Formats: sequence, structure tokens, C-alpha cells
Amino acid sequence: MTSFLNENRPPVFCPGCTHQNITKGLDRALLQIGFAADKTVIVSDIGCSGLFDTFFNVHAFHGLHGRALTYASGLKLANPGLNIIVTMGDGGLGIGGAHLLASCRRNLDLTLLILNNFNFGMTGGQYSVTTPGDAVVGSGFLNQAEIPIDICAIAESAGASWVGRCSGNGADLSDQILAAMQHKGFSVLETLGLCTGRYTKKNKLTTKILEQMLTELPARNGLVEKNVRPEYGDLYRKLAAEKTSFPKPLSIAQKFILENAEPQEVLILGSAGMRIVTAGDIVCFAGMSAGMNVSMKNDYNITVLRGQSVSEILISPNKIGYAGVKNPSVVLALSDEGVHRRIGIFKDLAASALVVKEKNVGIPETRAEVYEVDFKEYKVSKPDWALASLGVLAARGQLFTRPMLEGAIKARFNEKRSLKALEIVGKMIRA
Amino acid sequence: MALSFMEGNEALARGAIAAGCNFFAGYPITPATTIFTSMLKMLPPIGGICVQGEDEISSMGYCLGAAMAGSKVLTATSGPGMSLYSEQISFAIGSEIPLVIADVQRLGPSTGSATRGADSDIQFLRWGNTGGLPVIVLVPKDAEDCYLLTVHAFNYAEEFRCPVFIASNKEIGMTRESFDLDGVELPPLVERKMFTGEDYLPFQAEEAMAPPFLPIGGKTLVRQTSSTHGPDGYITNSPEVIAATQKRLERKIVAAEERITLFEENRKEDADTLIICYGVTARAVADASAMLEQAGRIVSTLTLKSLWPVPEKLLRKKAASCRRVVVIEMNQGQYVGEIQKVLLDKIIEFYGQMDGALITPAKIMEVVAND
Repeated sequence: MTSFLNENRPPVFCPGCTHQNITKGLDRALLQIGFAADKTVIVSDIGCSGLFDTFFNVHAFHGLHGRALTYASGLKLANPGLNIIVTMGDGGLGIGGAHLLASCRRNLDLTLLILNNFNFGMTGGQYSVTTPGDAVVGSGFLNQAEIPIDICAIAESAGASWVGRCSGNGADLSDQILAAMQHKGFSVLETLGLCTGRYTKKNKLTTKILEQMLTELPARNGLVEKNVRPEYGDLYRKLAAEKTSFPKPLSIAQKFILENAEPQEVLILGSAGMRIVTAGDIVCFAGMSAGMNVSMKNDYNITVLRGQSVSEILISPNKIGYAGVKNPSVVLALSDEGVHRRIGIFKDLAASALVVKEKNVGIPETRAEVYEVDFKEYKVSKPDWALASLGVLAARGQLFTRPMLEGAIKARFNEKRSLKALEIVGKMIRA
Repeated sequence: MALSFMEGNEALARGAIAAGCNFFAGYPITPATTIFTSMLKMLPPIGGICVQGEDEISSMGYCLGAAMAGSKVLTATSGPGMSLYSEQISFAIGSEIPLVIADVQRLGPSTGSATRGADSDIQFLRWGNTGGLPVIVLVPKDAEDCYLLTVHAFNYAEEFRCPVFIASNKEIGMTRESFDLDGVELPPLVERKMFTGEDYLPFQAEEAMAPPFLPIGGKTLVRQTSSTHGPDGYITNSPEVIAATQKRLERKIVAAEERITLFEENRKEDADTLIICYGVTARAVADASAMLEQAGRIVSTLTLKSLWPVPEKLLRKKAASCRRVVVIEMNQGQYVGEIQKVLLDKIIEFYGQMDGALITPAKIMEVVAND
């Protein structure tokens, strides 16, 4: 092969545009490295740099402004055998800044060519994140109030393992691109160029000035020693390979038969840290062990260590429809903030309903039977109050029997935790 | 028999695995996060890839890249994430990239309420793309549906080469419940049609069909582009070529309306009222209709499991014998207008609620009784 360039689609850049030279430089570098065309992808986004994918006889992925690195990452993760070159302008760099930082941190084996020509060429020469403050741009005075970024410095601090900078019109361009592509890991090559259609019409910038700028900027010569580390894909696959156990769905076989089972609604009113959801799981497992259908809706704050924690549980021989608790047959009132969350429920409780209430928790007047427990008396600590309440229910034959509860506890916890939990509910049942 | 116990989000993830999904990228957001954490547990052991993007835009970008490399792809988010997905959704629609997007809806607008449910996004899912092209939206009512509909969603994504949305809800995604997982009858899997001829043009397709697929990275060079393109994947300005593509993108979904229609019904002879609902609200409607029947008032119910494309033929057929249609939605009426457009000769009543609470069976009974 003598060229990767697509003869049917010759480059269409403005006369004197550095992008034209970079097209040739990339072609030379691709020939030198010898990638197979069908294993190579050019990923581009919006702006003049986004024309690159059309000029080459390789796979092409052209997407949205600033997002080229995201598509490239997806392609590389899904097919690690691909050689991926991403082209982005200084415009895409700004709008896709988060993706650049993430790519530097991740170190997936991608080559990013930044075509920095100091402005938005396609839309009329507006200022970008790399435009000097004293440049004349299509955004009026706005660039005078900001400063340009040094993208190489940012890439290095974000963890890029290869960072280079060169002139897009320089003699070493294809060597630089080649070195960037040869690096295994994320490589960033910033090329400085001339936008003859817009920028250089109003600003003095020549190939010679670009060379001068390079001597004044900190040198970036490729490998960043302090950031050298395993390539992300290799590391990901190594870590993922250690995860060999596919999580089986949690299933509870029917072991018990409940005579005349009626639909039950259970409300557990507690606070964060009281393992309300865990107690809810156990109630559900106990119901399932008798072949019942169950559902559990939980209500807790985003700050999981503070505030109420409320579980609404339905247990029914029938298919469950509406999953909210309307008129519970059992209420566990374990904290004031939990009770407060469903304060309205108490006035309508049936006389046959049972409220298990921790001694110091206040509840409104109710017709239901209220069974008060001083958990401290049984040396049960607060995080176990909900669990201990289940022992109270089992002792009274409410919702489930003792064997059902014990079976549910064993299904919920590992052996060590089970023993401790069984001891707690056993204590309540004996009492 | 052993029942399984899981929340809707885990069921959705299990459905994705059953459908052959091998790539997930997403960004954590309540109430969708546990789809991500479930996929993170399930994909590595079977050789799949699961990553957390730096934001929702990139998560979608990873998905589009992976889908074009040939993966079967899932992502999941909620309302605020859907907003950020929007530009990439337009790309996936216009450039025919298959993927499944789970939207576990929460109360909007904007940040809204992270842990309060609502069917907030029903119109946003349909119209959240530039270009206004039709989309496929499926809507589960419970964990079992999350499992089953996700397989349908992958099948549609593969066949039509488009994003398919699952409009779940916090009240389904984060509610744990029992169901007979092994007893769910899944549809046979559909895989995207691969190109087998010579001289591949990546967007050359038959009338009202998706183009055959070849992956980026295969032996034949493939072009993918977000720009307006002709069959060859290069930019085109030809009005004829553009019009033909736009028409095909519309027709491939609209013409398949009946095949995409999914529903459940409880049809009663002589019922003069038909309740139409979808999502978690369908469960309260089922309770309400049972209680109404006990009280001597017979109603039929129709639960839509596919909202877009609008199942027009189904709506007409099911409402034909009814005098009155009652539409119940967990929002302020995002879908009732679609039903009105189809059932022009019917009395259509509406009740909507958007306050973070589930609509109760008692409320639905009251609405139906208020004839």
C-alpha cells in the first residue's frame, strides 16, 4: 500500500490550512506503523477536524461535538484489537473537556490528535479555550477577559501517559504522530496550526511564529514517566477476570403451608441505621417460604445515615397489585421520625391490628392493640430493634411462625450473622 | 416452586443478560443506579464489559461506540440523565445505532425528587430527539415486566437498529417483589441482520427496513456518521436522498406498529367503561376494577406495555364496544392526548396525579364512579 488516503475524497481544506498537512502527516505515520486498514478507525467530531474521517480508507466514526473520545472508548472497550486515532479541534477540546480528563485518567490505548488552530474556524473564528487574550476573534472582546489553557499541562496532570506538542507544519510531524500511535496507553499530541480561512486573516501567525511559540512553551516530548502504568483495557480485563461468580437470583422455595392465609399489610417505621430494609427482607422471605407473594417499598432519605427509614410490605396469597400500604395489620413503631412519616395511618387501624412499639416511641391514639417493648431491657441494641420485633411477631404467631422466621433469617444472612440474629429473635420469643 | 425476590431494576438487568447484552455504560443516578450495580456484578463473569462514564453524555458515547463494534448495549438513567442523553439519542436514531435505554423515571421537572416516582418522561422520550423521528417506548408495570420487556426491547433494537426505551418508574425499579422468574416465557432472541453481499453501503436499506449491519473493525470498512448521510455514509445535500432516508427512518417504526404493540387486558362483556393505563398505575387499576366488580360495577381494563409508536389499531379495537374511556396516568396527562387523537368518537375522562405518591385504588374507584 502506498497511501491510506481515499482518492475519491481528496482533502477540502482552505488553501494554506495546516489540517491539510496533518492529513498527509497522519497518512505517512499510518504507512510507517503498518496498521491494517480494517483494524484501524478514525474517530472525529465537529469542526474542520471532523472532516478527517472522510479522507482515509479505514473505518470511520464521525459523531457529535466534543464527544469523539467517548465513541473511541466504547469501540476500544468492545474490540481491543482496534487501532483508534481520534481527531479533535480546540473547539471539541473545550466542549469535551470532561472526556479528555477521563481519557487521561483511564489510559485506554487511544491516540488523540488535537488540531489546535486557536479558534472556531467553521462558525466564524470565535475564540476557543486556546485562543490568546490579545487575538482578534469573532467573539468581540470576550477572549480578552479569559486566559487560554495549556492542554498538554492539563493532560499531564490528569494522568496522560504520553503527551507531545509539535507544529502541524513541522518536519517532525509524522514522526510525532507515529510515536504517539506506538505508545500503548492514552497519547495526546497537540499540533499547532494555522487557520487561514479565519484566524490568520486578522492575526499575525505564521509557520515561523508557530516554531517560536513551541520554543517558548514547556517542552512535551512524549512519554510521561510519572504517569506510566498498565493500559486500561488490559487492567480492566485482568480485574474483571477475577469476577467469576455470576450472581444467581435470590429464590425462596415454599416449605410451609399457611391455612386460610389472608393478605397482610406490614409497616415498619424506623430510622436510618436500624436495618429496617433488612428486617423487611426477612418478613418477605418468611412469607415466600409459605408460598405467599410479597412486595416491599422502601422510603428513606438520600443521606442514608440520617432520617426516617420506612418499609411497606404486602404479603398475599394473591397477585399483588397496588404496592402501597393502605391499612396495615401489623405496624412496627421503632422511631419517632419513622412514625411521623406515616402519622396518619394510626387513626384508621383496625381493632384487630397489632402495633409493636418501642417503649420511648410516641404514637397517636389508635384502636389497634399496642404491644410495648423495652428493647434495652433485653440488651438488644438499636440497630437490632427491627429484627428483635420480628421475634415478638413470631412469638405471637403474627404474620409467621418461629420456623418460618428462622428459615428467613438463615436465607438472609451468612452463617455467622444468622447465629447472632437467631439469638436475638430467640431472646424475644422466650420472653 | 421457588419464587424469586428482586427489585425491578435487578429484573431489568437480568432481562438484559437473558437478551445477550454484553456491554453497559452508565452514570449513577437514583432511582436507576441499581441497574448499573447489577450489570457490574453480572457482566464481568460472562465476559461482558461494564463501565461508569464520567457523565451521562459519555456513557451514551461509550454505548454508541460499543454498539457499532457489534455489542448488544444497555444504559440506564433517570430524568436528569435523559436530558443529557438527548444529543446522543438523536445520533442513535438518525444513524441507526441499536441500543436499549432504561429510564427509571422520577418526579420531574429538572432535579425534581430523586426518590419519588412519576411517569414524568412519557412525552420527553418521544420528542427528546432533534428531527422528531418516531421511537419505541415500552413500559413495565412490575418487576416481572422489567425482565420480560427488556428482552423485547433488545429484540426491537436489533431488528429496527434504533434506541429502544424502557420507561420504568422509581415505584417499580426500587420496589422489591416476588415473582416466578423461571416461569416467565421469553420471546425468541432477534439479532441484527448482518450484510452478506458485496460492495457494502452502510445505510443502504430496503423500504421501511433498517439497513443490514457490519461492525466497525470487521473486514469490510464501515462508516458511521451523525451528519445527514446517503446510503454510503457520506454527507449528502441531495433533497431526494435526504427525503428518502427521513421517510425510511419514520416508516420502519410506524409501519411496524402492530408488531411492536404489547399490552395486557382484563376484558369484561357488557362493560361500558374501559380504563386505559400503563406502568405502575396499572396495578392500582387492577385492584380498583376487582373491587368495583365486587360492588357490582363492571369495567374493562387495558394496560399498555408499548406507548410509542401509539398502538392505534389496538386502541380502536379495544375501545370499540365501550361508551366511555377513563385514562389514568401518574403525571398531568402526557398520554391521554394521544388516546384522544385516536378515539375521536369516545367520551374520554382523565385523572392524573403528580405528587410523588402512587395513585390509590380508592382514587381510581372514585374517578370511575363519578360518571
